[in-house]
Amino acid sequence: MAVVTNPQVDKGSIEKGVNYSTRVDKVGGRVQTVRTIRITAAVMLAFLLLIPVFWMGATAFKVRADAIATPPKIVFKPTLEGLIFLFTDRSVLNQARSKRLKARINELNWYERIALEGGQQITGPSEYVTRLRNSVIIAGSSTILAVALGLLAAYAFSRFKVKGESDLLFFILSTRMLPPVVVTIPIFIMYTKFGLHDTHIGLILLYTVFNLSLTVWLLKGFMDEIPREYEDAAMVDGYTRMQAFRKVVLPQAITGIAATTVFSLIFAWNEYAFALMLTSEKARTAPPTIPTIMGRGGMEWGTIAAGSLGFLIPVVIVTFALRQYLLRGVTFGAIRQ
Amino acid sequence: MFPDNQTSQRTGYQQRQLSDRSIQWLFITPTLILLALFNIFPLFYSLYLSFTDFSAIGTAAPVWVGFKNFSTLLNDPQIWKYFATTGRFAFLSVGLQTVLGFALAMLLREKFRGSGLITTLILIPMMLSPVVVGFFWKSIFNPSSGIFNYALGYFHPASAPGPSWLDSSSRALWAVVIVDVWMWTPFVMLLCLSGLNAIPDYLYEAAAIDRASAWFQFWRITLPQVLPLLMIAVLFRTIEAFKSFDLVMGMTGGGPGDSTELVAVNLFRIAFEGQWRTSYASALAYIVLVIIMAISNVYIRNLNKVRGEG
Repeated sequence: MAVVTNPQVDKGSIEKGVNYSTRVDKVGGRVQTVRTIRITAAVMLAFLLLIPVFWMGATAFKVRADAIATPPKIVFKPTLEGLIFLFTDRSVLNQARSKRLKARINELNWYERIALEGGQQITGPSEYVTRLRNSVIIAGSSTILAVALGLLAAYAFSRFKVKGESDLLFFILSTRMLPPVVVTIPIFIMYTKFGLHDTHIGLILLYTVFNLSLTVWLLKGFMDEIPREYEDAAMVDGYTRMQAFRKVVLPQAITGIAATTVFSLIFAWNEYAFALMLTSEKARTAPPTIPTIMGRGGMEWGTIAAGSLGFLIPVVIVTFALRQYLLRGVTFGAIRQ
Repeated sequence: MFPDNQTSQRTGYQQRQLSDRSIQWLFITPTLILLALFNIFPLFYSLYLSFTDFSAIGTAAPVWVGFKNFSTLLNDPQIWKYFATTGRFAFLSVGLQTVLGFALAMLLREKFRGSGLITTLILIPMMLSPVVVGFFWKSIFNPSSGIFNYALGYFHPASAPGPSWLDSSSRALWAVVIVDVWMWTPFVMLLCLSGLNAIPDYLYEAAAIDRASAWFQFWRITLPQVLPLLMIAVLFRTIEAFKSFDLVMGMTGGGPGDSTELVAVNLFRIAFEGQWRTSYASALAYIVLVIIMAISNVYIRNLNKVRGEG
């Protein structure tokens, strides 16, 4: 715009200058073409990047033969076999038993019929059901704890002059910087000693501590953005500090708290290393379980894909809900848009 | 009456100061206790263990052996090999992520209809669970039924098979790098985008007045302005690459042979799976810890610089 009003520059060179810059004028023909190419490339790349996710979605609805077909089958008949196999334990039927079962097909319900088409009989729910429940319990409880404790600590760091604040904050963050195995060795010994190995509470505590680094940093960022004057005004009006925190700061920070909660949930939901090393049966979560899903006689990629897809869908939904906070979340609130 | 009023005011003020202080401690202490229990104590404990001979599943108490674990480790050519593999993995994946992430950010820099949606779609991989994703990529890399080779143009795997990936000791690391790049390029892109959006328009306007070429604008305005954030992305990814565990465990478990055996994976093997050499693993853990602390220190310092500017 500054260029256009400059009388020293003749018309021809304005256009020349305009073509070089993408910022000064956006109506030139060449600029338009470049823009179209740019947009097309971006859209195509986005779809290219998502092919593995689409493929997972497709495989989840394939029967076993289709899932391992050579060459890969792009068009196929969808089935719920994978999903049903994921949640059930089954026995493989020989021909005679399969025939006998087929004779009384009317007594079977829909998922038993689908299993029968794959030549298997359902014997009960699979351990994946328990594992998924463990995931929900552990991720949920640790998130609630981490956000609650994080809120308090973040408020203190944001509003008061804490001695050695930056050291403490760095220290809190440093938990995130270490490889999980480094942390796990001593904790494993500690847990076996106190009977916390393979318990829900053990994993919940560890996830809480790990998520605290995220929640403290993120929430401190959100609280720094709430003007102190709000609380000061409330306290002049007779609120105590606690009341001001509860009735002024918390409602103001609610979007930040929501975003933090979800980030914390995603971490606990996706976590693999601690769960692998500190649980074995009772408290094991879904991520270490999915790679151990083995079919009866060969990899059941349909089942694995169904498990993976079910596990990832919540995260995808949440990614969309969180999109304006993603940058903050992945940099621990250090960088804001 | 007048002095009385003043004292009551002062005590009121002091009371609030005092309660602020107690609130401060009340609020921070739980976090600090948890951190002390789950961080300080374990760190010192494993430092102690690294100077002993001890196995977590044995019954014998730790026996002090001095620097023996460290000297054994540093003289073990296998360990050096795993460090080299980790370094190569970090270099390749972070390098590719930086270039591709920056390029993607340049593409998406100008808003268009639906650019928000496209950006979010691109960001999906980085939010997913690495172990689950890595495990599913195994089926994608399968030479006969996977779509990776199919997408490369090997349409008839039965008659004309494409390259094998996860079974080949020379290509397995590349396969892991490809998936890591797929997952984390969006992260670099996200940081670059925020850097690009923060560049003030007047810089480009001034350059246009001076009839600076697009090339010149890129090298003298765009790149230097994005550089701090790009540096942060690179440091962050480097730290993460040194920690890499989930993805490799899901995809290869360190194999074939030890071609994708990263330090973190090997550490897990020494400390847990079958070997249970707890004190030896603690020593290795401390070496990794020192390396990562060094990198994170640079990271934090850079972060403070960027925050100071912003």
